[in-house]
Amino acid sequence: MTLEILGIAVLWLFLFFYVIVGSIDFGAGFFNAYSAFTNKQHILTNIIQRYLSPVWEVTNVFFVFFFVGMIGFFPLTAYYYGTTLLVPASLALILLSIRGSYYAFATYGAKINHRGYIYMYGLSGLLLPASLSPVLAMSEGGFINMVNDSPQLDYWALFTSPLTWSIVVLSLTAVLYISAVFLTWYANKAGDEKATDLMRKYALVWAGPAIITATGIIIELRTHNAEHFARIMDLWWLFGISSLLFLGTVFLIWKRRKYGLAFILLVGQFFTAFFAYGISHYPYLLYPHLTIYDSFTNETMAISLIIAFVAGLGLLLPSLYLLFRLFLFDKDYVKGKSDYHA
Amino acid sequence: MGFEDTALLSRILTMMTLSFHILYATIGVGVPLMIMIAQWVGIKKKDDHYILMARRWARGFVITVAVGVVTGTIIGLQLSLLWPNFMQVAGNVIALPLFLETFAFFFEAIFLGIYLYTWDRFEDQRKHLLLLIPVALGAAASSVFITIVNAFMNAPQGFEMLNGQLVNVQPLLAIFNPAMPTKVAHVVATAFMTCAFLLASIAALRILSGSTHVYHKKALYLMMKLGLVFSIATALIGDLSGKYLAEYQPEKLAAAEWHFETEANAGLVMFGVLDGEEVKYAIKVPYALSILAHGVPGEEVTGINELRENEVPIPPLWIHYLFDTMVTIGMSLAALSFIYVVAAWRGWKFIQAKWFRLLVLLGGPLALVAIEAGWWFTEVGRQPWILRNFMTTQEAATTSGNVDLMIILFGGLYIILGIGTIVVLTRMYRRNPVEQELAQREVEKGGEQE
Repeated sequence: MTLEILGIAVLWLFLFFYVIVGSIDFGAGFFNAYSAFTNKQHILTNIIQRYLSPVWEVTNVFFVFFFVGMIGFFPLTAYYYGTTLLVPASLALILLSIRGSYYAFATYGAKINHRGYIYMYGLSGLLLPASLSPVLAMSEGGFINMVNDSPQLDYWALFTSPLTWSIVVLSLTAVLYISAVFLTWYANKAGDEKATDLMRKYALVWAGPAIITATGIIIELRTHNAEHFARIMDLWWLFGISSLLFLGTVFLIWKRRKYGLAFILLVGQFFTAFFAYGISHYPYLLYPHLTIYDSFTNETMAISLIIAFVAGLGLLLPSLYLLFRLFLFDKDYVKGKSDYHA
Repeated sequence: MGFEDTALLSRILTMMTLSFHILYATIGVGVPLMIMIAQWVGIKKKDDHYILMARRWARGFVITVAVGVVTGTIIGLQLSLLWPNFMQVAGNVIALPLFLETFAFFFEAIFLGIYLYTWDRFEDQRKHLLLLIPVALGAAASSVFITIVNAFMNAPQGFEMLNGQLVNVQPLLAIFNPAMPTKVAHVVATAFMTCAFLLASIAALRILSGSTHVYHKKALYLMMKLGLVFSIATALIGDLSGKYLAEYQPEKLAAAEWHFETEANAGLVMFGVLDGEEVKYAIKVPYALSILAHGVPGEEVTGINELRENEVPIPPLWIHYLFDTMVTIGMSLAALSFIYVVAAWRGWKFIQAKWFRLLVLLGGPLALVAIEAGWWFTEVGRQPWILRNFMTTQEAATTSGNVDLMIILFGGLYIILGIGTIVVLTRMYRRNPVEQELAQREVEKGGEQE
C-alpha cells in the first residue's frame, strides 16, 4: 500500500464516522421536531437529549478532523475545493454554527422548549447534509471550469444536474434512516417502549427511500461519468454485500428482534457501500483535475502525519471507549435514572 | 471584482472571524485550568464552596465552549476558503501541528462531555478532578499547536522554494521556528491571566450587586492571586517577545515603537500621536527600548528609516496604538492584582471599598480588550506578508467573488451568537444564584443522612 492510499483511506474512514454520528445527530433533531409537530414530543425528547448532550462536541470534531487531515495529506485540494466552495461551504458553516451553539444554549443553559426553535433546529439539521453533499457531485467532474488558471464553480450546471439532486436526496434519506435505526436501539435499551415503537416505524418508513436513491445515483453516474460507472460495476459484489446487510437490518427491525445487531448491520451496510464508492472513485479527488497522486504532500510530511495519527489514535480510542461505556452502554444513564449533569 | 478587492475583503472576513473566535478561545483555554484549581482547592481544604465554584463555572463554560467550537470550525475551513494558496503551502509544510490540534481538541471534547455528565456519579471528588486534567491539558495543547502555525507565518522555515516548488521540507524545523517559544508562551499565559481576571470580575460584580456570601469572596481572592501569578509570567514573556522582535522582525518592533532612526540608548515611546513623521504628546522613557530589545541600554535598535532604505516593507504605523493598549492594560492588571494580594495579606480594608471593587470588575473586560489588541498588533504588524518574506496576502487570497456577501452573513451570525451567549449566561446565573444552589445542596445532603 502506498502512502497516498493509506492517507486517503484514513480520511475516508473519518468521513465515514462523521457520516454515521452526524446522521444520528441531524436525524435526531428532525425526529424531535416532527414529533413536536404531531404532539408526540414527550415520547422522544428525553431519549434524544440523553444521547446527544455528552457527545455532540465529539461529533463535530470528526468533521474538523476530516477537513484538516485533507489539507494535511492533500494540500492541493485547498486550492481547488477551497477556491470553488466559498459559498456552499460558508452556508453549511453558518447552519452548523447556529445549530451547534443553539443546541448547547438550549440544553445546558436556558432550557428553551419553544416550538419554533425546535422546528428550526430540526430543519437546519436536514439542510446541513443537503448543503454538504453537492461536494460529492462536484468531485465527479463537470462543474468546475478553469478560468485564467484558477478554478471556478459553475453553479448553474451544478444546480440543474440531476446527479446533484439525487445525492442531496440520498443524503436526506440516509440521515433519517441511520438516525431512526440507532434511536430505535437506544430507546429500546432505555426500556422506553413508546419511543422504540415510534422510532421503529420511522426506520421502516425511511429504509425504502434510502436504498432506492442510492441505486438511482449509480444509474445517474452512467451518463455523467462513464469511467466511474465502469469501476463501480467492477465492484458490484461489494454493493451486493451492502444490499444483503440492508435486508438484514430491515428484517430484524421488522421482526422487533435484536436492535443492537440491526444497528451493527446498518453500519456494515454503509461501510461497504461507502468504501466501495470510495475505491471506485480512485484515483481521482476531483475528476479530471486532481488525483490523489498529484495532490499528495511531500513524503516527509506524510510520514510525520501518519506517526502523529497513530499516536493520536493511541490516546483517542481508549478515551472514546470510556465515553461510550459511560453514556451508551451504561444502563442507569441510558434509562435516565439519575441526572448527572453539572 | 479585482484581485486586490478579494484580498482586502478576505482580510476583513478573517479578522472578523478570528476577533470573535479568540474571545471564546481564550476562555476555552483558561477556564478549565481555573475549574481544575477550584476543584483541587476544594478537595484539599475540604471546602464545598470551591467544589461548587468548579461546578458553576463548568456550567457557564459549556456555553462558551459551544460557540468556541463552532467559530473554531468556521476559521478552520475559512483558511482554505479564503486563503487557498496559503493553505496549499501550509499543508505541505506546517500540517503537522494543524493535525495535532484536532487531536488535542478531540481529547478535550471527549473528557469535557464525561466531566459534565458525571457529577455525583462518582462519590469521590478526586476522580472528578482526574477527568479535568485531560480537559485542561487538551485545551492548552490546542492553543499551543495552533499558535505554532501562526508563529510559522511570522518566521517561516523548514522548507525551500525552488521555482515556485516546495522542496526539502522539514516539518520539525517548521514547528520549532524562532517565533514559536515566545508566541506560544505568551498566548497560553495571557489566556490564563485573562480568565483569572474575568472570573474575578464576576465575583466582584456579585459582591457589588449586594451579595454578601463568603463564596464570592473566596472566588475573588483565589482569582486575584492567580491573576497576579499569570500577569507576572506574561510580563516576563512579553519582555522576551520584545527581544525576539528586535532580532527577527525589526520592522514590527520599529513600527510599534515609532522608532525612526537607528540608534543606541533608544528610548521607549509611550502613547502619543503621530503627525507625519513627528511624534507628539508622547512620554519617552530613556533607554527602555534598547533594554527591551537587547537587555542593555547601549545596544543599537534598528529604525524605520534604515529598514526602508533596505527595502523592507514597513507595517502600518498605527499598530503603535494597539501595542500601547495591550501593554498598558497588562501592566495595570498586574499592578491591580499585586495591590489586592498585598492588601489582603496585610489586612488593609480599602480593597473592600466600592471603588476598588469597580476596578476589579473592569479588569475582566479590559483583559479581553488587551487580547484583541495584542492579536491585531501581531497580525497587522506582519503586513503585507502572510508568510513573511515568502508570500504576500495578495498572492494568497482566493480568486472567488462573493466574499463581500459572506462578510455580511458571517457578521450577522457573530452578532446573533454574541447576543445569545450573553443572554443565556446571564439568565442561567440569575435564575440560580449561588445562595439558592447552596441551600438546595444542603437540603439534599440532609435528606441523604436521614
